[in-house]
Amino acid sequence: MQIPDSPAAVNLINDALAIHHRSLFRKKWEGRQRRDKSEYLPYVLIFELSWNEARNDDPVQTYCIHTISISLRKLLSGQLTDWFMYFKELLSSLTKGFLHVMFVATAIAASAQQKDSVASKDLKEVAVSALKVGKEVVPGQKLQGEELKRLGGNSVADALRFFAGVQLKDYGGIGGLKTVDIRSMGTTQTGVFYDGIQLGNAQNGTVDLGKFSLDNMEEISMYNGQRSNIFQTAKDFAAATAIYLTTIKPTFAEGEKTHFRTTIKTGSFGLFNPSILWQQKISNHVTANLSAEWVNANGQYKFRYAKAKGYDTTAIRKNGDINAYRIEGGFNGQLQHGEWSAKGYFYQSERGIPGFVVNNVFGHVDRQWDRDYFFQGTFRKDVTDKYSLQLNTKYTSNYNRFSQPDTALLMVDNTYRQQEYYFSSANQYTINKWWTVALSGDFQWNALRSFDRSGNELAHPIRYTTLVAAATSLNFNKFSTQLSMLGTIVNEDNKINMPAPSKQEFTPAIYLSWQPGTNPEFKLRGFYKRIFRMPTLNDLYYQEIGIATLKPEFATQYDAGYSWYMTPISSIIKHFGLDLDFWFSQVKDKIVAVPTTDPQRWQMSNIGLVKIKGIDLKARADWEVSEDTRLSTKLVYTFQRAQDFTNPGDIYYEDQIVYIPKHSGSFILQADYKAWQLNFSQIYTGERYNAKTNIPENYVQPWYTSDIGLSRIITWHKWMLKATCMVNNVLNQYYDVVQSFPMPGRNYKVILTINI
Amino acid sequence: MIQYSRTLLSLTLLATLLLYACRKGDQIVPPVETPVTTPVPNAAVAGFYLLNEGNMGSNKATLDYFDYTTGIYHKNIYATINPNVVKELGDVGNDVQIYGGKLYAVINVSNKVEVMDAATTKRIKQIDILNCRYVVFANGKAYVSSYAGPVQLDVNAPIGFVAEVDTATLEVTRKVTVGFQPEEMAVVNGKLYVANSGGYRVPNYDSTVSVIDLNTFTEVKKINTGINLHRLKADAYGDIYVSSRGDYRKVPSSLYRIDTKTDEVVQHFDLPTSDIWISGDTAYLYGSEFSYNTNSFKISYNMLNVRTETVLNKNFITDGSDAQIKMPYAVAVNPVTKEILVGDAKDYISPGKLFCYTSTGQLKWSVITGDIPGHIAFIPVKK
Repeated sequence: MQIPDSPAAVNLINDALAIHHRSLFRKKWEGRQRRDKSEYLPYVLIFELSWNEARNDDPVQTYCIHTISISLRKLLSGQLTDWFMYFKELLSSLTKGFLHVMFVATAIAASAQQKDSVASKDLKEVAVSALKVGKEVVPGQKLQGEELKRLGGNSVADALRFFAGVQLKDYGGIGGLKTVDIRSMGTTQTGVFYDGIQLGNAQNGTVDLGKFSLDNMEEISMYNGQRSNIFQTAKDFAAATAIYLTTIKPTFAEGEKTHFRTTIKTGSFGLFNPSILWQQKISNHVTANLSAEWVNANGQYKFRYAKAKGYDTTAIRKNGDINAYRIEGGFNGQLQHGEWSAKGYFYQSERGIPGFVVNNVFGHVDRQWDRDYFFQGTFRKDVTDKYSLQLNTKYTSNYNRFSQPDTALLMVDNTYRQQEYYFSSANQYTINKWWTVALSGDFQWNALRSFDRSGNELAHPIRYTTLVAAATSLNFNKFSTQLSMLGTIVNEDNKINMPAPSKQEFTPAIYLSWQPGTNPEFKLRGFYKRIFRMPTLNDLYYQEIGIATLKPEFATQYDAGYSWYMTPISSIIKHFGLDLDFWFSQVKDKIVAVPTTDPQRWQMSNIGLVKIKGIDLKARADWEVSEDTRLSTKLVYTFQRAQDFTNPGDIYYEDQIVYIPKHSGSFILQADYKAWQLNFSQIYTGERYNAKTNIPENYVQPWYTSDIGLSRIITWHKWMLKATCMVNNVLNQYYDVVQSFPMPGRNYKVILTINI
Repeated sequence: MIQYSRTLLSLTLLATLLLYACRKGDQIVPPVETPVTTPVPNAAVAGFYLLNEGNMGSNKATLDYFDYTTGIYHKNIYATINPNVVKELGDVGNDVQIYGGKLYAVINVSNKVEVMDAATTKRIKQIDILNCRYVVFANGKAYVSSYAGPVQLDVNAPIGFVAEVDTATLEVTRKVTVGFQPEEMAVVNGKLYVANSGGYRVPNYDSTVSVIDLNTFTEVKKINTGINLHRLKADAYGDIYVSSRGDYRKVPSSLYRIDTKTDEVVQHFDLPTSDIWISGDTAYLYGSEFSYNTNSFKISYNMLNVRTETVLNKNFITDGSDAQIKMPYAVAVNPVTKEILVGDAKDYISPGKLFCYTSTGQLKWSVITGDIPGHIAFIPVKK
């Protein structure tokens, strides 16, 4: 214990010692032999004072110590009779105090923005300290910046194909539905987050990733289980796999005020895709950005179906046209120990749905209209050295109309409207160097209204979701771990029919990381996670009665692996990294459509049990071949054995589940030579089956596509121009990702970007 | 330095070529031949065709053939016999019949009637009829029901029609508009009876049987029967039996008898009927009735004597092996041996099973079929 030396403290110590002497004198005077416990009072005072002097930067710790010593003083002075009373008093004081601190901190945080904008006028050079970014125990897979851009995809779906464990369900073409199935757990078990907040679709639980542009994307990352960071919204804990889409945040160099970029993409499919990105520095701490894009394409492409010693037909895919607009913009601000952002997003599209290709039916007339918009705000601040707060809120509106104007069929013209309100508060408290705790609470309100062509309301369910996540992380020198527990409460209401009963679930997750030797670049890691997905509103209300018996679908994941990095390993190979993961997952009570007595009528039921064993391998190397020539290579391989264990009596028992290849992988080679850039990428998806039974009738051929892109950068004054030519599917391979939905053969693209 | 780039480049090329080698040419799936029972070399009925529907959009309508003379079940024969037909047999097989040495397969979503040689299964011609459902024959003509009639302004669904096809030229000769979403048909005394379902008009189902005069090819009467009609079979006594699917809620599935002399409903059987096959004086039927009220379905098997018009209240499967059937989807009776065939559609998206029972209802054999084994046509007895 260090003896403090400030004048105030010295005075206090003198006072304390005076008390001590007085009590000694009193005892002497009373002639008592036994020492009184009040004799120790001064030492308590000295301890408290010196603690305050040493660590007066942290009100929470100060408060705790203060409470402990007050109680101790009460005990010593006889106000409390025994140790039991002491602990009771201590606990209630600490609880009250903690609540008080939380309240005050939230209030401070809420008013901080206002204060800062006033204060910033005076402070010309505010040293905005880096925010406390939680440490990820198990890092995710990432594609960012230039690497992402050079893959040249149309949407984020194209980029996700390069991640280990991802199977993209692509219905083909620019406007075709694109969803992802990660580690064979099903498309509905994936959470997609856009600038930190989840994109919802209570209707069918999946997000069409084809709708999200790569144009203004800074980073795409994917985490199996969850992002192992405890300071995040409860929603971040609530998916079996989380995908984060992060848009470009403006950063300005000294003296810069405006950035402007315009891009035009054109090529096959009648594509015309201009976009702009504008970034403006408003003040030292506030920036604005705006991104707008127009996608127009007739979506036509050649496809071919052929059999050895049989038919061979080539046709044009029609009714795949799309016309879509996207506008998004927002403000980003920096605060003392904090940041905030607010953004709006608007997307409107009309597209043809080309539909399945079967014998004698090569075209459909179905059409779809979408109008989605959302507003979201994020606020984050390290309120004290120890306490950090994050607030997120969002409003989403989705309008979707589907029309099947085929006079030979059942005419459909349905409209679906969804609304969502979301609010989240995440709190993190750093207890000491190695121990952090966090508590997050989210509330979400969803409503779905659907109408048929005559305007009859089909369903009007409302869902209230409350999520609470408690998490803690322990970080030691060579070992770190994160534990979290998520509680989910879902209540439902249905304005037209009976609602489904409410549900409550608790699901845990554990993440571990361990550095076994002295090399900090070699780490072992692992996780366990149990999570569930609620039946979607479509699952529940496809029929007119909410199915009371439908249970949530549970996924349990286990993962163990290692990562190993080396820099540099030779004069040529500058970085080398290798990641290997072995994993096992189980999906129980899988929600599947089961037939009734009529193939046109299906009923949702919890019958599936799927067990999946897998291996993910990721290797990357950065090469410096010569001073002007740089290469970067990335190889990803996934092995998956995903078997149906539902019922031993089924013909497909233990068969590989639908559309999951045993082997899949990707390879990326990016080369730079002076102002030239070359990109070569390859995707491989092995043989798989389009139905549950692994028989030749259901066999789907493997496919692999190779894409090549060549770019040249031209700099002229302050302008930078980049021209790219791309050839995709170079080998002109015709394939189906989803049965009866043909994919395009060789296609071309030209991209022109101007940066000002 | 350059050496490294070269190595890398050649490795990349090598990988590409290796991948290329992994992909075989897309093969036509060959038939699966399974011996299932002892051959009967002089069987009066030489064999039967079974049409598997296949789930919508999967293009998995397939044709199986059972040869009584060899006892071998041939699964999925169409594609191998007709390798040049683009995208095989098609999507959702809804009916199969044999008439005048030709095999007719009605392929619903592929909008066509596939006409083949009944002896060789070789394609003869494809007759394009939008959203076609069932086919019956009389006097050298085929009658095909279709959902895709003209669209009327005041209703949200097209009205149905029946197309007349000349079985010699295989051309559509006449069309007649009937009720909404017409299903099965039968010809009795120069009149065509059509069961109208109105399935696109939930909850305003059609409830009529259209009576078509085959000479004038006009609708002469609508017989008010029950809602959502489906099966329609004629017996040898001038009666037709029509099944109603009900509405899966309040109105249960049942069976009606129409007297073709008066064209009136004369009897209503409170029997859930999903399919019915009349052989001689016996009607074999099963009901697999789904109810949204309970979210479950009930399966029942029964028999009717069509001469005495009485329900026998007896399961035609007598050894208890009906417990093996998950979802009955077809029933057919060999006209000579009276062996009973029942198709099991299981979960509609995986291979089904065909069960063969002796005339006394003992399980004789079973075999794995294509997806949704739904329709059976026997090779006619040679005269």
